[in-house]
Amino acid sequence: MPTLDIQNLQVAIGDKPIVKGLSLTIRSGEVHAIMGPNGTGKSTLAKAIAGHPDYTITGGDVLLDGKSILEMEADERARSGLFLAFQYPSEIPGVTIANFLRAALQARLGEGEEIDATAYYKRLYGKMDMLTIDRKFTSRAVNEGFSGGEKKRCEILQMAMLEPKFALMDETDSGLDIDALRIVSEGVNALRGPGLGVLLITHYQRLLNYIVPDFVHVMYDGRIVKSGDKSLALELEAKGYDWVKKAV
Amino acid sequence: MKPPSETAADDTAVENPVVGIDQSKGDFKYDVKYDFDAGTGLNENTVRYISSVKKEADWLLEFRLNALKKFHSMPMPTHWATKDLENINFDKIRYYLAQGQKPKRTWEEVPDDIKQTFERLGIPEQERKFLAGVEAQFDSEAAYSNIKEIVAKQGVIFVNSTEGLREHPELFKKFFGKVIPTGDNKFAALNSAVFSGGSFIYVPKGVKVAQPLQAYFRINAENFGQFERTLIIADEGAEVVYMEGCTAPKFSTATLHSAVVELVALKGAKIQYITVQNWANNVFNLVTKRGVAHEDAEIKWIDCNIGSRLTMKYPGVVLKGERARGEVISIALANDGQHQDTGAKMIHAANNTTSNIVAKSISVGQGRSTYRGIVHIPKSLKGCKNNTECDALLINTNSRTDTYPAIAIRGDRNATQHEASVSKVSEDMIFYMQQRGLTEGQAMSLAVNGFINDLARQFPMEYSVELKRLIDLEMEGSVG
Repeated sequence: MPTLDIQNLQVAIGDKPIVKGLSLTIRSGEVHAIMGPNGTGKSTLAKAIAGHPDYTITGGDVLLDGKSILEMEADERARSGLFLAFQYPSEIPGVTIANFLRAALQARLGEGEEIDATAYYKRLYGKMDMLTIDRKFTSRAVNEGFSGGEKKRCEILQMAMLEPKFALMDETDSGLDIDALRIVSEGVNALRGPGLGVLLITHYQRLLNYIVPDFVHVMYDGRIVKSGDKSLALELEAKGYDWVKKAV
Repeated sequence: MKPPSETAADDTAVENPVVGIDQSKGDFKYDVKYDFDAGTGLNENTVRYISSVKKEADWLLEFRLNALKKFHSMPMPTHWATKDLENINFDKIRYYLAQGQKPKRTWEEVPDDIKQTFERLGIPEQERKFLAGVEAQFDSEAAYSNIKEIVAKQGVIFVNSTEGLREHPELFKKFFGKVIPTGDNKFAALNSAVFSGGSFIYVPKGVKVAQPLQAYFRINAENFGQFERTLIIADEGAEVVYMEGCTAPKFSTATLHSAVVELVALKGAKIQYITVQNWANNVFNLVTKRGVAHEDAEIKWIDCNIGSRLTMKYPGVVLKGERARGEVISIALANDGQHQDTGAKMIHAANNTTSNIVAKSISVGQGRSTYRGIVHIPKSLKGCKNNTECDALLINTNSRTDTYPAIAIRGDRNATQHEASVSKVSEDMIFYMQQRGLTEGQAMSLAVNGFINDLARQFPMEYSVELKRLIDLEMEGSVG
């Protein structure tokens, strides 16, 4: 069974340690939520695992199916089955969603192999129908001039098409409106299944009303300080993050 | 048939500093035997030699000799242009190399040593697929020139300049050198002195050529200068699309390409001139291109510059008749060691004329892009409009871009709008794309293709595919 194994991970930005020894194992089919106050290292964790060049791994390891991914470039990690849903996805002017996804899928093929255009569009439209996304959506340039909700929809569609083994969903932003919340949760629930492991990063418990996690972890000052099931999220909501701080 | 012997273009050439860059499909060279060679260096004898092997009329020899004098008397334009021009050594260049002066009408007749180059570049295949006519120039002369019978029957003339002068002297002389006079600039004077090859096209009244006519310019020899001269005349109501492609192998020494292209669109005519240039990065590409658009006529330059060491090219349109329209769509990509100094000129000379300039440049690594433009609308005119957009994309921190737009709009009865932007491919954007599985090179390439997407769509399909492929090759190697 595919496993994403984070072992005593330490991450720094420049000289500043942000993630200070975090361990977590996610198996395929599981949904883990990481909650925590702002500035505690949640987004850093996600970006470091995905291989963002600004983040330095200073200790520990991340194993995908038993194999360390830390020596891999970000694109190689992606092709190995890791997907990061960005909190603030970049705009790619002039590149349509359809062409972008096609290029991303093409990058997964061997040399000399070419994507079959008909089959590609059939699959794309199938996924869009499943996620109730309008057909016109994919002829727009990636994230260019998108609303918050449209950006989320674009991320979910990419996730559906790329079929990762593990998805890291950086939903830290407290500004998630109801529309965006619904899109993310419906998307994750639609894609949820035995072949996908999810690490859901969120600040608010609200999102977990829509996506029911198998496990909830509380992160504080670069570490997981508490783990439990979905009831932990409710407890956290009721008591606030100060409760965790005191517990540390 | 003797087996082709292929040699690497130059083993000692300094490697392109961009790691792993593919000089693309143009970088190869087959050995060719030349029967006509004007030798190295430029003087009166060079010009006389060229004129005599072409068996030219006296007036033309006089024209050439006069141009040579102008060339010698004019200074290098280094007071505004790059000093790199001073590195051209005119004494070390060969000005005329050819196997003969008469192009073949079928590929079967083209000598094998030349034919294999064009086959490798895919020209005969493209001709079969989507072209109305092809001229393939190899160094100084066209090796092949042919027009589909159905087009020829409409009275369309499509030959090289040597043939055009010989077979259609009256028509040629009437327009030749009128759009771009010999003394227009130093390199126009040089071209006028030693020109050879290039296309001569005449489209009769009301004839609309359905498929594009294409010319392919190939530099094969080292220390060589290619000086083609193209003249396109679209008679009243005629329409034609002309496309040119250019390649050369990479040598360690500088090569010079200095063309002059004149377009004449008579009343209501339309000319579209498309260039996809992919010169090797030792080529000085100094080209003068200008068209005159008469009443209700339209001239559109689509100009795409990839490669070369230095390109200086500012396609222009003189809007001579009322309601004439001029357009320049320009894409330039400057990689390490390259300077793309490109732009556009729009000279409004009649009421209600309109012009549009959209220029996009991409600077990679230490590549440098410069936009220079002139838009001139005198006070006496009314109802003239110009739109100018210049967008620059910078990749990596050492890239440089400059914009020198000169827009002189006099009077209050004319309108112009000008927009310019400079953007960078950000690290976050690249990371985003890499996170979806694209390599850094693929991500760059996609970002660049996206940047020029709205312009690339205006190319004929085959050319936009070619353009995308060239950009992919350039960008693949541009990351460290």
